[in-house]
Amino acid sequence: MDILIDLYQWFADPAQWSGASGIPARLVEHVYYSALALVLSSAVAVPLGLLTGHTGVGGFATTSLANFARALPTIGVLFLVVLFAGIGLVPVVCALVALAVPPILVNTHEGVRGVEPRLRDAAQGMGMRGREVLMRLELPVATPLILIGMRTAAVQVVATATIAAYVGVGGLGRYIVDGQARQDLTMMLGGSVLVVALAVATTLLFAGLRRLLVAPGLRAETASAR
Amino acid sequence: MITFEGASKHYPDGTVAVADLDLTVETGATTVFVGPSGSGKTTSLRMINRMVEPTGGTIRIDGEDIRRQDPAVLRRSIGYVIQQAGLFPHRTVLDNIATVPLLLGWRRAKARARAAELMELVGLEPAQARRYPHQLSGGQQQRVGVARALAADPPILLMDEPFSAVDPVVRTTLQDELLRLQQELHKTIVFVTHDIDEAVRLGDRIAVFRPGGVLAQYAAPERLLAEPADAFVESFIGYDRGVRRLSFFPARDLSPHEDTVFDDQTRAEDARDIAEGHGSPWVLVVSAERIPLGWVGTDQLSRVPAGVPLGDLDLAPYGHTFNIGTDSLRAALDAAVLSPAGRAVGVDEDGRVVGVVSQDDLGTAIWSVTE
Repeated sequence: MDILIDLYQWFADPAQWSGASGIPARLVEHVYYSALALVLSSAVAVPLGLLTGHTGVGGFATTSLANFARALPTIGVLFLVVLFAGIGLVPVVCALVALAVPPILVNTHEGVRGVEPRLRDAAQGMGMRGREVLMRLELPVATPLILIGMRTAAVQVVATATIAAYVGVGGLGRYIVDGQARQDLTMMLGGSVLVVALAVATTLLFAGLRRLLVAPGLRAETASAR
Repeated sequence: MITFEGASKHYPDGTVAVADLDLTVETGATTVFVGPSGSGKTTSLRMINRMVEPTGGTIRIDGEDIRRQDPAVLRRSIGYVIQQAGLFPHRTVLDNIATVPLLLGWRRAKARARAAELMELVGLEPAQARRYPHQLSGGQQQRVGVARALAADPPILLMDEPFSAVDPVVRTTLQDELLRLQQELHKTIVFVTHDIDEAVRLGDRIAVFRPGGVLAQYAAPERLLAEPADAFVESFIGYDRGVRRLSFFPARDLSPHEDTVFDDQTRAEDARDIAEGHGSPWVLVVSAERIPLGWVGTDQLSRVPAGVPLGDLDLAPYGHTFNIGTDSLRAALDAAVLSPAGRAVGVDEDGRVVGVVSQDDLGTAIWSVTE
């Protein structure tokens, strides 16, 4: 139980809550890298997934690429980019984007492909053009699956953004890296608790987004299907 | 008027979906394409709104080649109803119905007002406007599907096996509703089904397709049942076509007999004497308001003591009646076959007995109309 008391004292120390290396500052850094990576990944993966899903062209290439990207070790990508771009934000965000694109891309692609053919038939038969079928039918119907992809990506990104500390740009990973260097178990544990809490908060955020963005008619359906 | 001029659809693998179809669909009437699977009926329907492009021939709507129109613009002017409705799950009932008006650029308020009108037209409760498709029964979904197709008031309505996924009772209701709507709206309807009974019920004209996408016969339903063009059409229509054909002849030409109909206060021996005088082994007992009560045989009447009124006897059930003003010979025949007395009870629209028709009378009537 000593470790829990130590942990409590670590969190209770007022010095932890201020300054450039305090918890709030580290948290802001962490959230910033994660959000940036997620926004960039979505900006790439959602349009690409919509395109391949809608046209059916490049579906195999997309899925293969995504699986290849999944197999990349994030730390490897990080140091590879450091070789080209040097220490800083760029390698961190590149590594996180490589991590986040596959689940978003695959889910967007599958979400659009998964729209029932008779719905697409009805949409075209009523006189919708390709773009209208995509925006008025496929995108809204695929939204639940796209959000699940984004949630998976976000949780992975939040957990993995700790690597930013390796290249000296802060974030909650600092506590883990520094704690390891100093053999300070309490500090490592404190950092881990913060990361876990942020991951849980991320999940809650996506539950909220689902309520906001998914039509009620789909919510009941997907809730029972999943 | 929709005309197919040598229209055909050949697939690259050599399959022929539709072979050289020549056919004219009349304006304001319901034309049914019927046939077994693989007969090209759905492909032919989908050629009309260019969901399938023919590989040969021409299709014209009111004389104009449909290839000269942008497919999306063409489709917005043609209502389209598919199997299981195909409603958008993320949209409310009201917004599903408003789909085509919104595509045509109507303002949202106007499109929704129009959608609300259509809900009423197809018999949906206003309270269902805010519901989502998954909250509706199959029959209700299909009503929404019909409303959605009619929203922009297209002159043509294409219906691809719309009622095949609902249970028989609901299907009959939906068919009745469609007949009612069509009397009101006079759309040019092309309706695809594999069910010949549905075709006969709904169609002003029926096109029977045979496997291989060949038109086997194109005729009014009475004609189709009376004179099938060949053995394929005859077997497709089914063995009881003779009986089904009777639904096209009204029962009002029958002359029902009143002589053996007695009210329940009549004494048994009086009824027996009159019935035997007419050579009828059965009498029909009715109330003072001429509502049918049941049958009783003359042999039973001879066994009861004198003076007993008919109302005190055990009566055999009268089965179901037919309406002389509105029913067909088929309904009359059915009523006669199911009656314990072998006689059909003809009633007026208030359910009062007009008279009784024997199987002999029916036989004569059927013989004279089907000659």
